[in-house]
Amino acid sequence: MARIEMNGIGKAYGRVEVLRDVDLVVNDGEFVVLVGPSGCGKSTLLRMIAGLEPITLGTLSIGGRLMNEVPPRDRDIAMVFQSYALYPHMTVARNMGFPMEIARRSKSERAGPVARAAEVLGLQSLLERYPRALSGGQRQRVAMGRAIVREPAAFLFDEPLSNLDAALRVEMRLEIARLHRRIGATTVYVTHDQVEAMTLADRIVVMNGGRIQQIGTPMELYERPANRFVAGFIGSPTMNMVEGTPVPGGLRLADGTVWPAPAGATTMGIRPESLSLTPSALPGLAAELQVVERLGSDTNLYCETRGNGVLLARVQGNLDLGAGARVTLWPDPARLHAFDAKGERCG
Amino acid sequence: MAVLGRSNPVLVAGKYLAIAAYVAFALFPLYWLVKIAVTPDRLIYTEGTRYWPSAATWDNFRAVLASDFLRFFGNSVTVSLSTAAITAVIAAGGGYAFSRFEFRGKRGVVALLLLTQMFPLLMIIAPIYRIVSGLGLLNTLPSLIVVYTAFNIPFAIFLMQSFFDGIPKDLEEAAMMDGCTRMQALRKVILPLTLPGLGATLGFVFTAAWSEILFALMLIRDEDRMTFPVGLLNFVSKFSVDWGQMMAAGVLALIPSCLFFAFIQRYLVQGLTSGAVKG
Ligand SMILES: Nc1ncnc2c1ncn2[C@@H]1O[C@H](COP(=O)(O)OP(=O)(O)OP(=O)(O)O)[C@@H](O)[C@H]1O
Ligand SMILES: [Mg+2]
Repeated sequence: MARIEMNGIGKAYGRVEVLRDVDLVVNDGEFVVLVGPSGCGKSTLLRMIAGLEPITLGTLSIGGRLMNEVPPRDRDIAMVFQSYALYPHMTVARNMGFPMEIARRSKSERAGPVARAAEVLGLQSLLERYPRALSGGQRQRVAMGRAIVREPAAFLFDEPLSNLDAALRVEMRLEIARLHRRIGATTVYVTHDQVEAMTLADRIVVMNGGRIQQIGTPMELYERPANRFVAGFIGSPTMNMVEGTPVPGGLRLADGTVWPAPAGATTMGIRPESLSLTPSALPGLAAELQVVERLGSDTNLYCETRGNGVLLARVQGNLDLGAGARVTLWPDPARLHAFDAKGERCG
Repeated sequence: MAVLGRSNPVLVAGKYLAIAAYVAFALFPLYWLVKIAVTPDRLIYTEGTRYWPSAATWDNFRAVLASDFLRFFGNSVTVSLSTAAITAVIAAGGGYAFSRFEFRGKRGVVALLLLTQMFPLLMIIAPIYRIVSGLGLLNTLPSLIVVYTAFNIPFAIFLMQSFFDGIPKDLEEAAMMDGCTRMQALRKVILPLTLPGLGATLGFVFTAAWSEILFALMLIRDEDRMTFPVGLLNFVSKFSVDWGQMMAAGVLALIPSCLFFAFIQRYLVQGLTSGAVKG
């Protein structure tokens, strides 16, 4: 078990800067998820924690020990690769026992932990197989088995589920959550699937363009996104954004409606489920239905407003409305997000 | 093949027919070699174009084994095995470096290696001769080993590099995360997966050295240090060619290559890395 501390971490390949000013503390036993669009530097950061990528700037310590120059093998960290990286010439059992083999533990010493990990992951009947004779999900399990057998101070995962089909992904997601609850080890997990992030994380780190945008619990990010990027990235379907011109005490939208807003706000964000067809305390927006998606439990309404673009409203139940119908959209006043011209949250 | 098995039988038959035709074409010279080797001297010209002589004999083989041939043979084995082994070791190191590391001058070294492959050997025989003589190696087997190694290394390096390139970098990194030093990762994970590549390289270099004649002819003078291809020329005298014995020697010369490939063929089987990554 260990606490991972990053201070002012930066990374550059030659003159190309890929990470900048990364300050992050992963507490002992915490499950932290790094999310962000492709190319934002998630894998690079993870590989720097692992020791596979040299650190250009800043300091990294694990369990209170400075790790900048320590080689991967001495960091006591296990990593699960997106590609699984199983050793093709070794059986499942030997793959899982490999870290202990390298640590010069005898065959009999290895047998116990391997058997226990196999049991946890349901791999008992596959121990003598070679990786080529396993399905994708089974390989994934073996890769996790190899990581847990040695009881490392921390786990790193780089998009471990992205090669699996949707159903298996859900299953493995639960498995990882269960495993973490059981083992309780410090974990850093990279994904660009926000459902994975929301469901697994104690805290989420949202990254973009090599910088941390916001760190917080899933609900903090959802309810108080620090800027427009986080607001748009977290939550599905994405948050509606409405531009306006600041007037005293509020924001005037394109059709003349004025919504109350903190000073400096130029954009209002409303999540689809915060728009409804029942009147609220704020003035509503007149709109015409373009597309209606019935999901059974909810209905997605794509509404063409006057001058404010297409807004998505998600209302509960199976609504009997067709395209072309005229509606008024009412925002939930407690759930409006205001952003300034730079995209930062205000108020 | 599994897919083919369920497809049109005519296509399958055609495919096998084409393969059979190719194999027959490729093996015919070998067949002819064996046929002449067992033909008695007196029948060589009279039955020259028959597919099998009316009488077969081991006389040619006996005569060859009684001659200096065994010594040539031994010299060739020494030279080819040493060349193959040294080249494989160097090429494995070089190929790994080219595949995994970025270093200054890498492009330059690659260009130089390619450059060495561009000249016809005939053009550089004279300088090589002078270098070897300057080293005092003329007329020795090591001279051949050195020269063959030098000429085979560039191609062998590129060959090994392509095999290393085919092994995912993740495997090495996983091994290092699992506690290996780079050398351990190399030995326990990468090397076992490179065996097919090493086998192919060994086989390629071995056959190249085994059948080389130009330098063997130029650099060796003494009868008892000659390699087998040069020795074969002994069967050509001023006035006649002893075809039967020459072919018998040729058949014997095939044996080491066959043994060698029989030995390494299990490493040549592809797909050793399957299952390493993805699903
Ligand atoms: N060896 C390298 N040289 C130069 N730039 C690199 C190198 N490796 C990665 N990069 C750059 O670093 C940035 C971050 O890469 P990284 O792999 O960390 O992204 P990521 O967030 O993991 O993306 P993805 O979600 O696609 O995996 C990318 O813009 C990439 O182009
Ligand atoms: Mg990545």
